[in-house]
Amino acid sequence: MRWLFVKDLQILKRSPLLVGLLIVYPIVIALMIGFALSSPPGKPKVALLNEVPTGHGQLSFGNQKINVAKYASQLYQSIDAINVNSRAEAISKVQSGQAAAALIIPADIVSQINSLVTQGAGNPTVDLILNTKDPLERQFADQAISSRVAQVEQAVSKQVLRVAVTDLQETLNGGTLKFLGQTVPLLGLKNSRAIVQGTIASLPKNSPLLPALRQVVNFATLAIDGLGFATPVLSSIGSPLTVNTINLAGKTTPTDSYAASIAVIVSLMFVGVLLAAALLALERSEHTYSRLVRGLISPSGLLSEKIALSASAAAAVTLVMSALVSLFVHLEWARFPLWVVTLALGGLAFAALGVAIGGVAREVSVAALLAFLISLPVAFVALVPGDAVSGTLRSVLDAVAFVFPFKAALQAVSNAFSGAAPGIGWPLVHLAVLTLVFGALARLAMRRFA
Amino acid sequence: MSIDINTGERTATVAARALTKRYGARIALDRISFALYPGEVVAIIGPNGAGKTTLLSILAGALEPTEGEVARAGDKRFGWVPQEPALYSKLSVAENLRLFARLERLADPEQAVARMLGQTGLEDRAGEEVGRLSGGNQQRVNIALGLLSEPPALLLDEPSASLDPRQRERLWEFISALAGHGTTVVFSTHNVAEAERYATRVLVLGDGELLFAGTPAELERAVSEPDAAAGAVRDQLVGDLETAFVRFLHERGH
Repeated sequence: MRWLFVKDLQILKRSPLLVGLLIVYPIVIALMIGFALSSPPGKPKVALLNEVPTGHGQLSFGNQKINVAKYASQLYQSIDAINVNSRAEAISKVQSGQAAAALIIPADIVSQINSLVTQGAGNPTVDLILNTKDPLERQFADQAISSRVAQVEQAVSKQVLRVAVTDLQETLNGGTLKFLGQTVPLLGLKNSRAIVQGTIASLPKNSPLLPALRQVVNFATLAIDGLGFATPVLSSIGSPLTVNTINLAGKTTPTDSYAASIAVIVSLMFVGVLLAAALLALERSEHTYSRLVRGLISPSGLLSEKIALSASAAAAVTLVMSALVSLFVHLEWARFPLWVVTLALGGLAFAALGVAIGGVAREVSVAALLAFLISLPVAFVALVPGDAVSGTLRSVLDAVAFVFPFKAALQAVSNAFSGAAPGIGWPLVHLAVLTLVFGALARLAMRRFA
Repeated sequence: MSIDINTGERTATVAARALTKRYGARIALDRISFALYPGEVVAIIGPNGAGKTTLLSILAGALEPTEGEVARAGDKRFGWVPQEPALYSKLSVAENLRLFARLERLADPEQAVARMLGQTGLEDRAGEEVGRLSGGNQQRVNIALGLLSEPPALLLDEPSASLDPRQRERLWEFISALAGHGTTVVFSTHNVAEAERYATRVLVLGDGELLFAGTPAELERAVSEPDAAAGAVRDQLVGDLETAFVRFLHERGH
């Protein structure tokens, strides 16, 4: 088998265009997918529990009022809301995958916000429960809800600011205050200072009142200057709302490392599948298969050689790629041994798929074309968000994704890169089983070679 | 019960008994038996689909028979020269020879490579990529690969099909020399005249059946025997073995 390995490497060495394409093409595709992932798709399905009683969704600051219901309706434009009646139902929707996330707005949210902005006490909190199975869905739901929460926060802040600034201006410049149905005049700091300064000017220079009055003027000047800065300071009013994010299944893959995982797995797939398919088809198109299997090497040995070589090449290319990606995206180097294991097992599974494809093709070009035609949909099927399709179609897509290595490899590599859920054990077992299954299919297909 | 390759005074290089090969319902070979001896040049002739390549593939060990058995003298594999050159076109002549010498586990692969380059006259092409060679030279490398391990028998599937007359002549000189050194040579061909000229024995296959086994002269006699269907035309065919052979097959329903 060693000499076949050497022979295949010699052939690859003399096909620089093929090798270049095998390395560059998947990396370009992977980068494009990475960019595409930064653009969220349509509305995420979100289970929505609004516990605020009808008619109690209005905030009042001074004479300003904010209707929270107006912002709730804007939230509906950003998400595909599934109204639920209880917290348990909301969690159940997320757990079953019917919703990517659940948003729970407690009954006391309005009074909590009022209390916070008028008394400085209170903790208005909404609960955001996320489905951690799919980092992309998680990101999209998170983004959609967070942007709407930010709108509410901005609206509240703006109204608080408007009330506070009006009060400040009146404190500085004077004005009127309505109290118990009566209009009470407010003198204001500037007017007060002017009155005191006028009084100082009219007093004799040796008047014993002068030092005390000058202190009042100094204080008024400091207060006027200080409150003059208060307006921009108030503009920086922060976030009155707290979003309490709850992950149902533990740690989630960060979106950037998930995108990196996809890029790496796409490359692993292309190199593994294409190389294995082409190398096996080559033995057929060069008519060397019959010569080899008449006692020089068994058909299974030949298959193993093709799988091992293709998997090694795919794992090596993607390992280097992962190291480069880690310069820009946080990947956990402490888990490097797991990177190697997952890329090796993923490479084996993809290479086994490749020889199964190469086993049915007579020509290298046909094998390469078939490999492309099969690989691309396999990748896209595995990446379709669960919420994007209906129940039956989703089951079909899940079944298709299950019988090809892409999804299992993606789960394993995501975990290897970040330690995120789901675990790494089952995906690795899945990949090992798929390697055996596709290897057996390839062996079956090779019976037509002779 | 296994076959005895020792028949009388001679030991056969290979003996086949009741060889049968089926592909689903189709019968490619139907209970074929024969023995081949050292130094013989045996032609397997017959129309397309007669089972020639299947028979050679089974003798080469590249295909398993459905029924029947093959016995070979000694432990050595037979040399195998498939119809299409079975070579890596991206490797050089020497690299192809070296690869198969190593896969054959020859004691001295480099010595075997040098020997075959010399024997086939390809020394000056040793470093050239096989894909850039002419069809004739590719066939020489193909044959060289079959002879790397100095096999007791060389099996060639339509070896002259892609060669020009001069290359064909050189091929048959080479094969005659091999047989002169005791190698059993078995080749398939459509060219009846080639079989008549170079073979010492002929096996005629038709639809998987062995219709005839004997010398070319015996075949000529067999096809020239009186037959009611032939009539006056027969006189025109005498001396033209190919035409007579076609009639021979026709009379037997093939």
